[in-house]
Amino acid sequence: MDADRVFKALSDPTRRRVLDLLCERNGQTLGELCEHLDMARQSATQHIGILETANLVTAVWRGREKLHFINPVPLHEVYERWVRKFEHHRLALLHDLKTELEGGNK
Amino acid sequence: MSKDMRFVYVTYIRSTPEKVFEALTTPEITRRYWGHENVSDWTPGATWEHVRANEQRSVELVGKVVEHSPPSRLVITWANASQAADPASYSRVIFDIVEYESMVRLTVIHDELDPGSGMAKGIQQGWPAVLSSLKSLLETGEGIDVFAKPIAAPHGSRA
Repeated sequence: MDADRVFKALSDPTRRRVLDLLCERNGQTLGELCEHLDMARQSATQHIGILETANLVTAVWRGREKLHFINPVPLHEVYERWVRKFEHHRLALLHDLKTELEGGNK
Repeated sequence: MSKDMRFVYVTYIRSTPEKVFEALTTPEITRRYWGHENVSDWTPGATWEHVRANEQRSVELVGKVVEHSPPSRLVITWANASQAADPASYSRVIFDIVEYESMVRLTVIHDELDPGSGMAKGIQQGWPAVLSSLKSLLETGEGIDVFAKPIAAPHGSRA
């Protein structure tokens, strides 16, 4: 997936709020989401569109209702690529520091 | 109890529908990205088992094959092996595979879940890791460790 789109989608507080709302209750309609968003329906639609493009939200039709589901798979990929790797690095640095302070370096 | 909880997971994989379908239904491949083997003859009505790929080979999940339409759709039921005798414990998983230019869009819908159940909680942590790992395996030849836990900070350090 395109990481740029994921980061762009996450860079806006409204879009993060939408993800939080879907995390609380998955499978909401636009109307339901709008009840918790302080903006016009049209703006909300745009934000949700950006989340869909980033594959962070998936829409599924049920009859005439369009339900929105959070899709955390790209977030997991970001975690694998951008978090786990640096945790290793950070811990290695702490380990080196500890070794040095404790006089492990002869 | 109502079993109306549903999750939808989507990942795009640079691969072919045939390879993705094969990766879901071939034990030797599932063990490489899932740490488990999906074992079945995949005929509709047959059972399938999710077997931990270690020495114990414990059967962790069981279910029935509802639909097997390679390379585009696989539908199975899904329950903890320990609850196999309880019809109410079964949820449903739909794998939907659509070709997207040079990619494949894999959608996993896990529904008919009991909202308060341990299964509903467990699968929310499981699917993102499994699908990331599947994508990684098919695109790079290597899965990721789906059993990996967050690394604990060393004693005395600030988190």
